[in-house]
Amino acid sequence: MFLRPNLYTSYEAETHIFPTWTKKVLAALSIAVLFLMPFSLPVINQLPLIRFLGDSSWLRVMSTAFIFAIAALGLNILTGLAGQISLGHAFFMGVGAYTGAVVGGQETASVLGWGFPIWVWLPAAGIVAAAVGLIIAPVAVRLRGLYLAIVTLGLVFIGIHMSNTSWGRRIAGDPGLGRDFPNYDVRIWREEEPLVSLSTASQWLWFDVTAGQKRFLFLAALMVVFAVVAKNIARSRTGRALQAIRDRDIAAEVMGVNEFRYKLIAFGISSFFAGVAGALYAGLAGKMPATQFSLFLSIEFIAILLIGGIGTVTGVLMGTFFVELSPKMVEEFTRWLSQRTDEAGAIGIFADLLLSSGPGDFGPISIATQTPGWPLNVFDWNIVLYGVLIIVFLIFEPLGLFGIWIKFRNYWKRWPFSY
Amino acid sequence: MSESNQRDFRLPKPTPGTMFVIGIMIPITLFLIVQLFNNPSTFFRTFVQSMALGSVYALIALGFVLIFKASQVVNFSQGALAMCGALFLSFLVADGHIPFTTIRNPLMDLPGPEWLGWFLSLFVALFFAALLGLVIERITIRPMVGEPIFAVAVITLGLEIVLRTFATDAVKIQFRSLEIPWGNQTFSLFGATLNWSYIAMMITAGIAFVAVYLFYKTRTGISMRAVAHDQEAAMAQGINVGRVFAIAWGAGAVLATLGGIFSTQPPVKQIGAVEPDTALVAFRALPAVILGGLDSVQGALVGGLLIGAAEIYAGQYLAGETAWLGAGYPVIIPYFVMIIGLIVRPYGLFGTPEVRRV
Repeated sequence: MFLRPNLYTSYEAETHIFPTWTKKVLAALSIAVLFLMPFSLPVINQLPLIRFLGDSSWLRVMSTAFIFAIAALGLNILTGLAGQISLGHAFFMGVGAYTGAVVGGQETASVLGWGFPIWVWLPAAGIVAAAVGLIIAPVAVRLRGLYLAIVTLGLVFIGIHMSNTSWGRRIAGDPGLGRDFPNYDVRIWREEEPLVSLSTASQWLWFDVTAGQKRFLFLAALMVVFAVVAKNIARSRTGRALQAIRDRDIAAEVMGVNEFRYKLIAFGISSFFAGVAGALYAGLAGKMPATQFSLFLSIEFIAILLIGGIGTVTGVLMGTFFVELSPKMVEEFTRWLSQRTDEAGAIGIFADLLLSSGPGDFGPISIATQTPGWPLNVFDWNIVLYGVLIIVFLIFEPLGLFGIWIKFRNYWKRWPFSY
Repeated sequence: MSESNQRDFRLPKPTPGTMFVIGIMIPITLFLIVQLFNNPSTFFRTFVQSMALGSVYALIALGFVLIFKASQVVNFSQGALAMCGALFLSFLVADGHIPFTTIRNPLMDLPGPEWLGWFLSLFVALFFAALLGLVIERITIRPMVGEPIFAVAVITLGLEIVLRTFATDAVKIQFRSLEIPWGNQTFSLFGATLNWSYIAMMITAGIAFVAVYLFYKTRTGISMRAVAHDQEAAMAQGINVGRVFAIAWGAGAVLATLGGIFSTQPPVKQIGAVEPDTALVAFRALPAVILGGLDSVQGALVGGLLIGAAEIYAGQYLAGETAWLGAGYPVIIPYFVMIIGLIVRPYGLFGTPEVRRV
């Protein structure tokens, strides 16, 4: 219905991913911009912020954000749709990462590796993580609320410990350094020369593409695929059943929703997403110890959901980019500010008040990265900021960034009337 | 007498979960009996150790339970509170000044034995910890009254991050000594070498549980129980729910601090100093809370002792399998015990099952 965006004449029309033409065009444009971002193109360069984010130093941060988006979308199905609070997402990511490493990695004297190509190890990572999720689910389904959160928290500690056993070291490698993870090179089977190499620079069509840009494109495409899948799950029969369980489980059962079965499905899908994301995360890092898959990572996903807006795909994506990009933003801002401490004017005074260049200087942020103690350096402030953001969002804006966006949109929808 | 009045004395039919637990417990019990006759002094030492560790877990679990009963929240920042409290004590006794100031701690200059100043400083540290608990409660938990429990629990996760970052990086605690008077000194009993810290742990836990038991009999305690039972009904009766929250958080912080201080002592660790890992003790005590039931004081005691026993006995008698189980395996035994316990009783041993209504 042209010019009647809120008028739906059928249920089908209302459940479309992009119900209006405006949304369709905007979505197509933003996906196009997303894929063209890393390249130096005439129009894209002029967009504010975009060129900045596509810059090579930001590529890695953006790539990590894509991976985290996949994992967060998985947690959103479990926590946002089905209402099961899980602090064990890092554990499932770890399961995926080490499945990917064993199936796709190279065998050395100390660690296992079967050397299969990416189209085997990436799905395998998801499937094994989903299988582990399904094994744990029958226990988890019996538990409610915070009991479940604590049991899944226990999984994280058990997982990290298992990597430190004699058999765990065969999989996870040295506890301090970790093992090598397979990179994203696409091979048909185990041949030497990859069909499509994502770890070296080459020419694609008319563009010179660096390895970082290739990984960026690959991960962006995967994120779009997973976002569409997540959105489709949310608006399908399964998604509606999960939301019914979240809102009132007994009422859902009365209506014929098999609680056990659907919670099992939620655990399986969520673990699948986590497993794939974990394998990609490890592959991007190349080498990492198992202690990376810690409780802190789990909390990060909870933070992403809460800051972005729990239960919505758009909100989760917004939250991921906010949480993943803001630390580097803060770092860049501090660096920018640190060059202006001696300037006259408001910026100079502001910078001088905020930054501390050494002992005796006033200011909460230390420029030196190595010196411990007060004032904290910018990396510590980032961690503090991230804890504070969780608290502030929960107290003042429980719907997250998505809620802010809805408020903003509704304000302009009825502008200039206030209601 | 009508038939409905007769009590049913038949045992409930065992579920597969119960059978599973009984199946595990029988060989373990037999093994322990064999060990008892094999080497009584080792068994006795292990027993005292397990009770000591159990007391530490019970102390921290009690803090969790008090806060949960008052505000229906699992306080994930308990570990950070434990670390901050222990840090206050370190400021007072090792650096010799009042926390956050440069004023010299006057208690260190008192005449009399050295341990007197330490004990008085301990109470000052507990006071500061309680103050921290109150401030946190007032700023972050009070605005969330009536919000979903999940949201409040995640707020405490955020607090954990903030407090731990400040404590580990702003203060930079790399092994800050606590100057504990009894240190790592030992004594001998029935041929077993025991640490004085074991005794201190058990006495402290005993005092804490008796104090909570007696406190629940007082007027304030009764209002706390009323709030735990039904917040709105308690409010309607004129009970100040905010005050109950504050008391619970203050007490929780004090108990966490005691747990944090003891977690630097044997049998947990030998170092006698606060370090960044001190905060992890709360996560190790979580299984005890869950096993006992989140809303039960006696559950905290029983859960703590059970978990402590499982950890210490596994550490003692499975030491031959360390390669296969991994170094430091006793630390994760509590989680396995917790999961097995939850299979049988999803609300813990003494927890109240949630009444589900449509």
